Amino acid sequence: MINIKAQKKYLHRLLSTFIVLSFLAITGNVLARGVYQTNNDFLKEVFDGQIPSSHVVWMKGDVRDQVEDILGHPYTGLRVRYWGGEDRNAWILEEIGKEEPITFGIVVKQNKIEQIKVLAYRESRGWEVKYPAFTQQFHNAGLKDKKLDTHIDGITGATLSVWAMTDVARMALYLHEFTNRQN
Amino acid sequence: MAAMSSGYAATPSNEEIWQLLQEMKQQLEDVKQQNQNLKTENQSLKQQVDETQLKAQEASDTAEALAIATEEAVKSAAASESKTSIGGYGELHYNNLQNQGTGKDKDEIDFHRFVLFFNHEFNDRLRLFSELELEHSISGDGQNGEVELEQAYIQYDLSAHHRVNAGLFLMPIGLINETHEPNTFYGVERNNVEKNIIPTTWWEGGVMFSGEVAEGFSYDVAMTSGLNTSLSNNYAVRNGREKVSEADASDFAYTGRLKWTAIPGIEVATSLQYQEDVTQGQDPEAGSAVFWEVHTAIQKGPYGLRALYATWHLDGDGPADVGADKQTGWYVEPSYKLTDSVGLFTRYSLWDNQAGNSSDSEVRSWDMGVNWWLDPQVVVKFDYQDQDAEDKDDEFDGFNIGLGYQF
Repeated sequence: MINIKAQKKYLHRLLSTFIVLSFLAITGNVLARGVYQTNNDFLKEVFDGQIPSSHVVWMKGDVRDQVEDILGHPYTGLRVRYWGGEDRNAWILEEIGKEEPITFGIVVKQNKIEQIKVLAYRESRGWEVKYPAFTQQFHNAGLKDKKLDTHIDGITGATLSVWAMTDVARMALYLHEFTNRQN
Repeated sequence: MAAMSSGYAATPSNEEIWQLLQEMKQQLEDVKQQNQNLKTENQSLKQQVDETQLKAQEASDTAEALAIATEEAVKSAAASESKTSIGGYGELHYNNLQNQGTGKDKDEIDFHRFVLFFNHEFNDRLRLFSELELEHSISGDGQNGEVELEQAYIQYDLSAHHRVNAGLFLMPIGLINETHEPNTFYGVERNNVEKNIIPTTWWEGGVMFSGEVAEGFSYDVAMTSGLNTSLSNNYAVRNGREKVSEADASDFAYTGRLKWTAIPGIEVATSLQYQEDVTQGQDPEAGSAVFWEVHTAIQKGPYGLRALYATWHLDGDGPADVGADKQTGWYVEPSYKLTDSVGLFTRYSLWDNQAGNSSDSEVRSWDMGVNWWLDPQVVVKFDYQDQDAEDKDDEFDGFNIGLGYQF
């Protein structure tokens, strides 16, 4: 005679297996990952479908020092590419949150953040930083003494991702100012 | 006559005029030659300038190409290295606590946790997360500490918004269990409610689906190994953690969590768990269990508030006989940041692992203290605790000092 308790247990497991397989069947064929928007799509969106030619800021001398001071660690690239003119330009920057790099798209207009987006997120937790409810806090933020002049409310469990986004926003604002000074 | 002679002398003869014309012609030829020479020189100079410009452009192109190649090589090397990442955290504690009963005081210094994260990205959709911990500095026979594998799971992205974790992972419950780096919470020690009731840090082996169903609204559903409590420890859930170490897997656990984070700075979440048998079939007087937890965490400007309630219901006469059929606790923790680097907090908490009987077995605690972040990732902590319990052996009063870091 089969124990009723054991029957219930195996029923639970069968049910769970069925739910797991159904879930895989439903979601497994969707092609995507932690990439929410490609770099090209972001630039097309920012520039109404016509991506302008890009420019570079060479990471040397004082610029490199300032950027490394903002990020709090060495910058590995030789240059930073940006799109657009002096008045309004777009930057695609990467920064590590807890352990993995997060890709951000940032638009700066007249020394203020016009928009910031998470284009790719690879951390195990903290993806809430990509939601507009969070990113819109950066709208119109400027730079004062290399810090944002706006308070950003964090997300529990995503502190390092929030810091990463704050740092790249500061970096984009600084480089925007720098390119304007150069021109 | 002299005048006439003079007039003749002033008027060139035809021969002289011819001579002059010849000279002028020669001069013109010379000028033409010089002009031709200048033209040739100019042509040569222009050619040289063009060549120089071309060379300069080529040099510039070469420099640019070299820079790009170098950058790509650096990035490629960095990308290759970044496939595997290392992180970690650690915390040193000094406890100066007086037991209010007949128990031993706690006056000790302890490097409580030294933790290393090792992660690896196999491809765009598949990655490994792991966490290896050394507790209390030294492990081995007769030593105080232990080496523990707290996380080791593979994460696979099913889509942009849904993923599956398989392996050994932290249970999706409470505030501290998943995010417990010392710079992320107030108080030197992890709070007693989450420690004794949830019981954090709690990990199991199994499979978990996670994802987002709407903006700021996420879910986790897990099927994992279960607890293994016993009468010998009054069915306390904390003693039931098998830590996925040759763990009895006769009975599983099923956990679900819903989390809402749609407003920046605010989190509200609830978790529900069903355990098939919290003694893994070893105790006929015990059986299944249900756990429920709800919490909020708010940080708006300098003001913070954390509040959590957690409760267990254990089936069976065995747990009921010792009052462990109900194990429950809650806390409220307001905080205030004086500056970006200094924050104050106070916490009132209450927990009871034998709340099902009539005896007063709950412990109440007031904690208050300060966090001083030397850097966002390095913190110095101080707190004072004042506990109250019916059994004075459970009551510890005093202060704690801590140093923590994360990288």
